[in-house]
Amino acid sequence: MAAVPRVTDAYDVMRIREDFPILARRVNGRPLVYLDSAASAQQPATVIDAVAGYSREHHANVHRGIHTLSQEATALYEAARERVRRFVNARSASEIVFVRGTTEAINLVAQAHGRAQLEQGDEILISWLEHHSNIVPWQLLCEQTGAILRVVPIDRRGVVDNDAYAGMLGPRTRIVALAQVSNALGTVLPLRELLELARRRGITTVVDGAQAVPHQRVDVQQLGCDFYAFSGHKMYGPTGIGVLYGRESILESMPPWQGGGEMILSVSFSGTTYNHLPHRFEAGTPNIAGAVGLGAAIDYIEAVGIDRIGRHEQELLASATAQLASIPGLTLIGTAPQKSSLVSFAVDGIHPHDLGTVLDSEGIAVRTGHHCAMPVMEFFGVPATTRASFGLYNSRAEIDELYGAVLRAIRMLR
Amino acid sequence: MDLSELYRDVIVDHNRRPRNFGRLESATQLADGNNPLCGDKLRVYVDVEHDVIRDVRFDGSGCAISTASASLMSEAVKGRSRAEVAELFAQVHRMLTRHDEAPDPGLGKLAALAGVREFPARVKCASLCWHTLNAALTGGHEVSTE
Repeated sequence: MAAVPRVTDAYDVMRIREDFPILARRVNGRPLVYLDSAASAQQPATVIDAVAGYSREHHANVHRGIHTLSQEATALYEAARERVRRFVNARSASEIVFVRGTTEAINLVAQAHGRAQLEQGDEILISWLEHHSNIVPWQLLCEQTGAILRVVPIDRRGVVDNDAYAGMLGPRTRIVALAQVSNALGTVLPLRELLELARRRGITTVVDGAQAVPHQRVDVQQLGCDFYAFSGHKMYGPTGIGVLYGRESILESMPPWQGGGEMILSVSFSGTTYNHLPHRFEAGTPNIAGAVGLGAAIDYIEAVGIDRIGRHEQELLASATAQLASIPGLTLIGTAPQKSSLVSFAVDGIHPHDLGTVLDSEGIAVRTGHHCAMPVMEFFGVPATTRASFGLYNSRAEIDELYGAVLRAIRMLR
Repeated sequence: MDLSELYRDVIVDHNRRPRNFGRLESATQLADGNNPLCGDKLRVYVDVEHDVIRDVRFDGSGCAISTASASLMSEAVKGRSRAEVAELFAQVHRMLTRHDEAPDPGLGKLAALAGVREFPARVKCASLCWHTLNAALTGGHEVSTE
């Protein structure tokens, strides 16, 4: 559908930037420096065109009609599912459920799997660095079932305490839900080892992969997780589309989540037969255009190469870490040895919102606030941090811009 | 976008050295103000006698705009009646939201916050302390004498 970007051996970030129309714009009279990809990444033209092309030429409802457009829409939608399957190396496309995003995926697991399985006194284990979307669905489930939420501690670097984790896996632990990468700190968790311990005990494992999929190769079979959730808009795709991978045997065992069209085979007032996987979990008309856009985003990532993206971003991370750490009074929040490409920091005497405003006046977009991880902020004793996060289109020059602007902000505000 | 309009010298000064900062032992009422989005937390203490604010202090943590606004507010409302404070709040609110009029001359030093209106995302930073003061004056939780 859309043209595949040209690839050269060297990582030509300036070439890559041309694929993203929004990066050409100016903000407050300055060239945009977009350092907020961990909140939402920008879309390449191929994604924008795929979505528009679908709407212009192929749109109809899926799995419904005998007419040509419906068949085309269905084919595009299912082709996107197959791309996702390949991207995370799931065994079967029936293990790929399209949802609105990571939040919806985790809520789906909590309600469709957890609610049927958990009893009073059972335990759900998460870590201290989880995003609210991997905390609150479990709290709701605890209220509904009488289960108990237990939290694995982290250390001052933002690293999850492996020994504490192993010790907290108990006879009543039913679900382990962990981020692969922390959105607030950047910590990469050693998931294979952590999940292996849970799997040996027959515990259901759920991974919040929202911050991992744009940066590193993900293989759900190698990870050995039961569920893996991620969002399209953090990986250069559209908003409103995300994925829940679920191991087939566990998805088969689950009752439906929402009822409606699409998720049924037959309905009568005496009873309803549910549809096969994955459609059983996709009640209602799905976000077809979003799925098509997500498929195009995967194509884009694969054309650039996820390993090359990861290496490029690690260089940006090293550069940003070194430059920011050299600023007196600036404290990096999150200093795990294994980190994804973001830096969270606090500056003595300067509130992140003031810093964010000054950076914005120079066209630099960063995230300021609690990053939907209030327990993490509490742990580090800060109300909020400033977070700069890097994507495949960021350049070393932009890190220099950030560094200079932070220095200017400090001079202005302190 | 002119940052010097937002971070005027008066604002930067009141952020660095907030006036009337800290707990007020003689407080008759207090209220907490939270801005969960920013993580700003503010507590405003008032000592009210015969409808007049005898003393006011605040503590907590917030951005420069919210801290400076609370500091300026504390200076402005001391010795005023509830009705005068309500009128002042209304004027501050107009200043923070209306682009088409000059700040009321009666605002005095509070007019330093006029630049905030060019930064819509920051208006709530400047108004948090006023809402909190309002809560302390109308209802608020009574200070317990433990």
